Amino acid sequence: MPYELIGISVLWFFLFGYVIIASIDFGAGFFNAYSVFVRKNHIISRIIKRYLSPVWEVTNVFLVFFFVGMVGFFPKTAYYYGTVLLVPIHISIVLLAIRGSYYAFTTYGKLDKNMWTYLYGISGLLIPASLSTVLTISEGGFIYEQGNSLSLDYWALFTSPLTWSIVILSLTSVLYISAVFLTWYAHKANDSRATELMRRYALIWSVPAIVTATGIIVELRTHNPLHFQNILNLWWMFGLSALFFICTVYLLWSRKNYGFAFLALVMQFFIAFFAYGFSHYPYLLYPYLTITESLTSQGMAVALIVAFTAGICLLLPSLYLLLRLFLFNKDYVQGKLK
Amino acid sequence: MDTEQSVFYSRLLTELTLSFHIIYATIGVGIPLLILLAQWMGIKKQDEHYILLARRWTRGYVITVAVGVVTGTAIGLQLNLLWPTFMELAGNSIALPMFMETFAFFFEAIFLGIYLYTWDRFEDQRKHMLLLVPVAIGASFSAVFITMMNSFMNTPQGFDLINGQLMNVEPLKAMFNPSMPTKVTHVVVTAYMTSAFVLASIGAFRILQGSNHVYHKKALYLTIKVGLIFSIAAAIIGDFSGKFLAEYQPEKLAAMEWHFETEENAPLTLFGILTDEEEIKYSLELPYALSILAHGYPNAEVIGLDQIPDDETPPLYIHYMFNIMVMIGMGVTLIGLIFLIGAWLRRKFVFNRKFLWLIAATGPLSMIAIEAGWWLAEVGRQPWVLRGILRTEDAATTSNQVDLMLYLFVGLYIILGVASIIVLTRMFKNNPIERELKERQTEGSIY
Repeated sequence: MPYELIGISVLWFFLFGYVIIASIDFGAGFFNAYSVFVRKNHIISRIIKRYLSPVWEVTNVFLVFFFVGMVGFFPKTAYYYGTVLLVPIHISIVLLAIRGSYYAFTTYGKLDKNMWTYLYGISGLLIPASLSTVLTISEGGFIYEQGNSLSLDYWALFTSPLTWSIVILSLTSVLYISAVFLTWYAHKANDSRATELMRRYALIWSVPAIVTATGIIVELRTHNPLHFQNILNLWWMFGLSALFFICTVYLLWSRKNYGFAFLALVMQFFIAFFAYGFSHYPYLLYPYLTITESLTSQGMAVALIVAFTAGICLLLPSLYLLLRLFLFNKDYVQGKLK
Repeated sequence: MDTEQSVFYSRLLTELTLSFHIIYATIGVGIPLLILLAQWMGIKKQDEHYILLARRWTRGYVITVAVGVVTGTAIGLQLNLLWPTFMELAGNSIALPMFMETFAFFFEAIFLGIYLYTWDRFEDQRKHMLLLVPVAIGASFSAVFITMMNSFMNTPQGFDLINGQLMNVEPLKAMFNPSMPTKVTHVVVTAYMTSAFVLASIGAFRILQGSNHVYHKKALYLTIKVGLIFSIAAAIIGDFSGKFLAEYQPEKLAAMEWHFETEENAPLTLFGILTDEEEIKYSLELPYALSILAHGYPNAEVIGLDQIPDDETPPLYIHYMFNIMVMIGMGVTLIGLIFLIGAWLRRKFVFNRKFLWLIAATGPLSMIAIEAGWWLAEVGRQPWVLRGILRTEDAATTSNQVDLMLYLFVGLYIILGVASIIVLTRMFKNNPIERELKERQTEGSIY
C-alpha cells in the first residue's frame, strides 16, 4: 500500500476514535448539566462521573495524535489549514482549555457550583461545532487567495447552509452517541432509572441525527458535485451504515441487548465515517491540496510508520488494561469499587 | 495589519503560551519521579508518612496536569496556526520526535488515570507503585522528544536543501542533532530539580505557618536531597552547553556573554548593564573564565560579535536572562547544601524561621530560572526559526487576526492561572495533614 494511504488511514482511524470517545465525553457533560437544570441529576450524575473520571485525559490525546500525525504525514496541510483556520481553531483551543481544566478543578478541587456544571456542559457542545468547521472548509469554496496569502471568507462560511448542516450534525450525533453509550453503561451498573432516562434521550436524538446526515449529502450535490458523485458511487456503504442505525434504534426501542445496540452504533458511524473519507479522496482540501502531493518526504514517511507500529504495540495493551480495570469491570461500574 | 505586525504578534502569542505552559510542564515532568520515590520510601521503611506524601502530591499534581495538558494542546495547535511555513518544513524533517511525543503522552495519560483511581484497589502497595513507573517514564520521555524537536531548530541537520526543497531526509539524524544531548539532559534534569524545590517550598511554608508535624520534615529531607543532586547535575550539563554553543552557535554565546571582540584569554562578564552606546557598566569581569567555559583552557580563542553579521546577531538582553538563570541555580544549590549539612550535623538553624523562608523561596526561584533559561535559549536563536535556514519573519502566518487572538489568550491564561492557584490552595488548606492522618487512623490503614 502506498505511504499516503497508510498515513491517511491511520489518521482517519484515530480521528474516528476521537469522534466516538469525545462525543461520549461532550454529551455526558451536557446531559449532566441538563439533569442539574431539570433537577434529575440524582438519577444520572453518579453514572456519568464514574465513567468520566479515569478517561478524561486520554480523550484529549486522540485529538493531539490526529493533528500531530497530520502535519507529520502531510506537512502541506500545516501551511493551508494553519493559515486559514487561525480564528476557528483558536476558539476551539480556548473552549477545550476551559473545559479540560474545569473538569479537574471541579472533580478534584471541589469547585462544585452549578455555574461550572453549566459552563462545562455548554462548552462541550460548542467544541464539536467549532471543530467541525474544518470539515466544511475541506469541501472547498470558502478560501480566497489574495496576493501570496490565503484567507478565509467568513461571510461565505457563515451564510452557507452546508456549514450549519455540518454543525447541527455534529451536535445531534454527539448527543445521540453519548446517550446510547450511557444507556448501556447505566444498564451494566444495574441502575434502571438512569437506563430509562438515557434510553429516552437516545431515542429522541436518533431522529435529528439521521435526518441531518442525509441532508448533508443532498447539500453537497450543489456545493461540491464531484464529492457528491463519489458518495453516490459508495451508496452501498451508506446503506449498510443506515441498516446499523435501524438496528440500534430497534434494540433501544424494544429494550433488548444495549451492548449490541452500542456496537451497532459504532459500526454505523465507522462505516459512514470511512465512506465519507473515501469519497473525499484524493483531496485533503478541495481543490488546492491532494493527498499525494502533500505527502511528507520518503524517509520521514517510513520513520513515522515504524514509530507508529512500535507505539501501537505499547498502547494497545495499556488501553486494554485501562478498559479492564474500569469500563469492563463490573464491580467498578456498579460502584462497589472506588 | 501588515506582515511585520503579524510576525510581532505571532511571536508574542507563542511566547505567552510557552511561558505559561512551561510552568505546568516542568512540574508535570518532575513530580511523577518524586511521587515514585516517596511511595517507594514508604514501602521500604513501612512509614505511612511517605505514602501520604505520595498521595497528597498526586492530588495536587492532577490539577497541574490538567492545565499542562490543555496548554500543551494549545501550543501544539498554535505552532501550526502561527508558524505554518515552519511547520510545513518541520513536517518533512522533524515530525518523528513530535509524533513520538504524543505516544509518550498517551502512555502517561493512561497510567496516570489508572494510578489515580486504584489507590484502594490493591492489597499490595508495591503493585500500585509499579503503575507510577510508566507515568514517570512517559512524562520524562515527552520532554525528551519535544526537546529533540527544539534542538533541531538550533542545529538543523539530516536533510539537503536543494532549490528550496528538502531532499534526502534522514529522520534519525535530524533527531540526534548536535545540540540534542546537552539540551535534552539540561531540560530533564532542571525539571526534576525545580519540581523537587517546589515541593520543598511547600513543606517549608507549612512549617512556617505553624504546622510542626514530622511529616513536613521528612518531606523536606527527601525533596531537598533530590533537588540538590539534580541542581549539581544541571550545573555540570550547563558547562557542557557552554562548550557546545562555542562550537556550534557562537553568536548565541557571544550575545549572552556580551563578548564583542574575538580574542584569546577571554574574560567572563558577570552582571552589568549595557548603555545605549554599547558600553558595559557596573560589571564584574572574571579573567580567562569565558575561554575556560567555552573551550576548557584559559587561553583559547572565543568568537565575538564582531564576526557575526548585524542582521544575524541575537538581541543582547539575553545576557540578563543568563545571569538570572545561573545565579538562581547556584543560589538554590547552596541553600540545599547548607540545609543538608546543617541537618546532618544536627544544627538547629536549619529550622529557624529565616532559613525556612530561604527554603520556601527555592521553588519559585527555580521556576523563574526555568523561564529565564528558556527565554535565553529561544531569543538567543533569533533571527532564525531554523538556524541558518528559515528566518522568523518568513515563517509567521500572514493572517490579520493574530492580535485579537493574543488578547483572547491573555484572558484565558489569567483565568486558568488564578483558578488553578485557588483550587490548589483550597485543596490543602481544607484538608491539612494532621486531619488526614487522624482520619486514616480511624479507618485502619495499611501501615
